[in-house]
Amino acid sequence: MTETTDAMLSQPGGANVLPGPPGESMLVEVRGEGELSTQDMTLNIGPQHPATHGVLRIVIDLDGERIARATPVIGYMHRGFEKLAEARDYRQIIALVNRHDWLSSFCNEMGVVLAVERMMELEVPERADWIRVLMCEWTRILNHLMFVGSFGLELGAITPVFFAFREREDIQHLMESATGGRLHFTYNRVGGLKEDLPRGFLAASEQMVRNVRMRAQEYRDLLQGNEIFIARTRDVGVLDPQTAVSYGVTGPPLHATGVGEDSRVTEPYSKYGSINVPVPVGTNGDSYDRFMILVDRIDASLDIIEQVLGSIPSGPVNVKLPKVVKAPEGAIYVRTENPLGQGGYYLVSDGRKNPWRLKMRTPSFNNIAMVPHLLEGALLSDMIAVLGSVFFVVGDVDR
Amino acid sequence: MESLASTGLLWLDLLLKVVAVVGFFLVVPLVAGYIEHKGLAHMQDRLGPMEAMPHGVGQLIADGIKFIQKEDIIPDAADRWVFALAPGVALVPAIVILTVVPLGPGVFAENLDVGIFFALAVSSVSVIGLLMAGWASANKYSLMGGLRAAAQLIAYELPLVLGAAAVVLQAETLSLVGIVEQQFAFTAFGIPVPYAVPHAIGLALFFVAALAELNRPPFDMPIADSELIAGHMTEYTGLRYAFFMLTEYAGMVVLAALATVLFLGGWYIWPGIAYPAGWPVWLTAIVATGVSVGKIMTLVFLMVWLRATFPRLREDQLQRMSWLVMIPLGLFNIIVIAIAKVVA
Repeated sequence: MTETTDAMLSQPGGANVLPGPPGESMLVEVRGEGELSTQDMTLNIGPQHPATHGVLRIVIDLDGERIARATPVIGYMHRGFEKLAEARDYRQIIALVNRHDWLSSFCNEMGVVLAVERMMELEVPERADWIRVLMCEWTRILNHLMFVGSFGLELGAITPVFFAFREREDIQHLMESATGGRLHFTYNRVGGLKEDLPRGFLAASEQMVRNVRMRAQEYRDLLQGNEIFIARTRDVGVLDPQTAVSYGVTGPPLHATGVGEDSRVTEPYSKYGSINVPVPVGTNGDSYDRFMILVDRIDASLDIIEQVLGSIPSGPVNVKLPKVVKAPEGAIYVRTENPLGQGGYYLVSDGRKNPWRLKMRTPSFNNIAMVPHLLEGALLSDMIAVLGSVFFVVGDVDR
Repeated sequence: MESLASTGLLWLDLLLKVVAVVGFFLVVPLVAGYIEHKGLAHMQDRLGPMEAMPHGVGQLIADGIKFIQKEDIIPDAADRWVFALAPGVALVPAIVILTVVPLGPGVFAENLDVGIFFALAVSSVSVIGLLMAGWASANKYSLMGGLRAAAQLIAYELPLVLGAAAVVLQAETLSLVGIVEQQFAFTAFGIPVPYAVPHAIGLALFFVAALAELNRPPFDMPIADSELIAGHMTEYTGLRYAFFMLTEYAGMVVLAALATVLFLGGWYIWPGIAYPAGWPVWLTAIVATGVSVGKIMTLVFLMVWLRATFPRLREDQLQRMSWLVMIPLGLFNIIVIAIAKVVA
């Protein structure tokens, strides 16, 4: 190295060597009178990094603290769910699909179950349909609480996450009483539900709605009016509606841009057609709006739950089916509004007990696709505000 | 005023002072750490440490024992000597400042004529430790953390000094003991008040700048855990890492102690209220030290409270706040104080 160094140093106007980190010196080109042309530094954020909550890797070219280019590298959590589904029957797939996005398990189950039911032209009992909507909304609240808490945490506000987990714990207790699971509920079945709700579930839900509504105010108090929070998130990572649509962005990040596309409203499934589904939308499409949409969506889900609680009829929750469920030959595409955005389930069946192909369109995958666009020219600290407010689950990206 | 540890024997004096300063240094930051653990926990609706001794009082001691047992890893690419020295360089200034901070009448190691100047000068040495750690770790996150820390220090040293300079102007002395005595005799329109009243702006500047200098939230971007993992501490393990943690808590105590001396009346409960003259010296010293430590811990609690409440600022916002808001405000404060001083 010394030889090259000397050679370069002696070269007038040529490249010079600055002492770099120990063991490797930094080559710089000296131009004009002592002007340094700096080199971009490549920084690997992840796959293990606190801001990527999971194993997402982002390769960032840094000019000082400014991001010149950001490239997400995905696939660290690819678990081959789609391929695995081809070797499992429809009963087993339910336990499979609630795992790729572990924060929206019930909503994921819904998509597959709906696809099979529509292919089989099954009529699901009224009560089961209503309970599905109820469970979907509780799952949505669980999911949003998680992100509300973690977003604050990433920005350095360490308190909201504890409040969010307090509520999450209560709701998970409730869900556990009905489904037996805290994360992977596996409560759906083709043709209905695993079993009926336990006694007292509806009364407990009602109580919980009141609790969460009251406590959701605490997140607003802590963050909404906080000067620093506003300074960190306002006009950071602004997404305009056209770009959002062209990237296929859905869910809260899309709603924040002012586009209120929500398949619970535009293409209602289950019982969403017969209730009023509020869809909060933002105006700026910045990180602040994305966050506030999430808090508003908690309230919206609570409204839906209240409507559902008043209209659950009694009756069976399942239909009698043959031991081996077989979807007839054909293909179907089902859209559901998952907590993080639009979930799509393309099911192709050749008439046997397992699908010929199950393609999942997951919201996190499309939402993460716009990250390079949002990060270009932002500061390294903004990366946190952007990544935290895109709301993704790495398992949902990689499947 | 002479230090209580003055026996006339040079070496004995020195020994007593070193033992007292190091003892204080090892005990009080742990109390500050405990306040942080428990304060944060209760603000966040949880219990905090509960296992090590009743109510987790011994948690930090347990942590210390754990840190000692950990392997001391020095990365291959690291600059060994610089890497190993950095935690010490960061830690020592905190101890050195303690030698001039008066906690009670005679409860100090040295009464320097230029006490406040000495304290502020030494306090900025600690950033060299952070820069050394950032550079020697051979880690990009560490490097960025170190650079952020240095930039932050340059920006916030000024408001800190400006806040203190106004007090010096008022008290007409640089000696910390002298400032406390002057403050004791201070009256605003005939009412005895601590300097915090006329120097409200100065106190605010000093406190905010102290937070920034200590890398405490909301100014903790040099160690922003969600961006830079742990900044300059990323590659450290075991005892060396513990040294950095201790630096943070000791720094909290030291700067809170300086704020107490400069603005909150030091060891007196309130200016104008003296300790009974009939008390023996040791009793006055103990009570006065208690009052000082009480004030220090109140400020430490305030720092913890801010941590529980605020998210982190962005690096450029932090710089803007210092250069465009705090420094002009500090200069304005000095002008106002100077005019008031001359007129009065």
